[in-house]
Amino acid sequence: MRLVANKTNIAMGLIILLSGLTSYAQESHIGNLVGNAKHGKALYQRYCIFCHGPEGDGNGQSAPYLDPKPRDFTKATFKCRSTPSGSLPLDSDLYDTITRGVHASGMPSWRPLLRQERADLVAYIKTFSPRFHEEKPDPPIQIPPEPSTSPESVKRGGQIFQSMNCALCHGKEGRGNGPSAATLTDTRGYPIRPFDLTSGTSSKCGNSDEGFFRDLSTGLDGTPMPSFASALKPDQIWDLVHYIATLPAAAKLADSR
Amino acid sequence: MKSRYVSLAILAALAAFASGHRLTEVAAAVPDSSSPTSVSGVVKFEGTVPKPSPIDMSSDPNCKSNSSGATTEDIVAGANGSLENAVVFVADGLGDRTFQPPAQPAVLEQKGCLYRPHVVALQSNQKLNVVNSDSTTHNIHPMPANNRESNMIQPPGVPLDLTFAREEIAIPVKCNVHPWMRGYIAVFKHPFFAVTGKDGSFDLKDLPPGTYTISAWHGKLGTQSQKVTVSAGQSQKLDFVFKQ
Repeated sequence: MRLVANKTNIAMGLIILLSGLTSYAQESHIGNLVGNAKHGKALYQRYCIFCHGPEGDGNGQSAPYLDPKPRDFTKATFKCRSTPSGSLPLDSDLYDTITRGVHASGMPSWRPLLRQERADLVAYIKTFSPRFHEEKPDPPIQIPPEPSTSPESVKRGGQIFQSMNCALCHGKEGRGNGPSAATLTDTRGYPIRPFDLTSGTSSKCGNSDEGFFRDLSTGLDGTPMPSFASALKPDQIWDLVHYIATLPAAAKLADSR
Repeated sequence: MKSRYVSLAILAALAAFASGHRLTEVAAAVPDSSSPTSVSGVVKFEGTVPKPSPIDMSSDPNCKSNSSGATTEDIVAGANGSLENAVVFVADGLGDRTFQPPAQPAVLEQKGCLYRPHVVALQSNQKLNVVNSDSTTHNIHPMPANNRESNMIQPPGVPLDLTFAREEIAIPVKCNVHPWMRGYIAVFKHPFFAVTGKDGSFDLKDLPPGTYTISAWHGKLGTQSQKVTVSAGQSQKLDFVFKQ
């Protein structure tokens, strides 16, 4: 009897072990949604493989023709996150990227897929890197409520744009043509252009002032764009966001003259 | 009763494993200084030292005013062939000894829009204190293969600490804002490493007696290795020669 009980316990232990291992990498959790990597794999092979490749390393058939290059999932380095620079993204960050797409890149919005399907894709994408086993994401950055914009805030933002050397990459007018622009590469060594801040109201990873606040705070990992979280106070980041928001109109005005 | 404890223990171990917690070794060794040993020598460069090129810092007036006459630091060698900025370290032979990182941080300074030192070496999980002594804003962007990649902006006077969890020789670091800024961060899981200065010399002190592979690494010239056996209280001499 004792022996039987012992065997049962070992069997239970094995079940815990296996379920623990599988749930670690093969699931995603976005709100109430639980994504399944097995289902995600089938979707990946249908929708994602052409750019991101069968190994998830960003070397799909279409990759040579894309600029910027498709993400290499094996490094688990992601541009669009809510977490600090260097941290893994949250599951919801990957889900949001799939849903929204990445502005000024080949990555489209996958909103036409079911929510469950997008969650399944997140679960599968996480299987490409062991980092999702070994590390946990840092706590996400906080975005305080946005103070309303004002000429003073824009002016302060302009001074910050100057003192943070934004213009060296993004150019004095934010057109993405600063003196260092031509030297920039992503982490894989491919040339990468600084974002044209005069192009519209969308940031790289969002389409609102909050999106700009988040991108400035987290930095775009894998690219030359750094995080400003430790250097600027939230109010200063909002000032910078308010200044950036004036750049498209200012460029239009300059062009019309 | 006993078997229940055994199975509980198995369960606990399995659960711990399953939940991803790694059982870490707590015991840590410190360099043995009771019977001091050392491996010392010089790293040399043979051949014609490439002429350093002047760096154009005109894109940022705050850099230009700081360091007129700055040149590239790809290969820096003295008149007698002593090679600067080489890292000499124990590559193998320490077995599974583990070492606590020192409490004292290593320091990487941005000065005159250059990295000082050009190559900084430290232990894994030791703090790297990044200092901006310039009057301009830098971004500090290490590009590791085996560690977390981070990229932080650093205005003048704002403190910043980085740590690297895993050994990596060496992590290139750059400032994207000032594209001529290039350096290296070498990370070791033990304290037996040295970066050569102007005289090219190194001294690895207080190694436990044993047989070691000692390597010399240089950012442009690659890696060389030699075997050496150290007995208690003994000093060994060892030179490295890089040719180009």
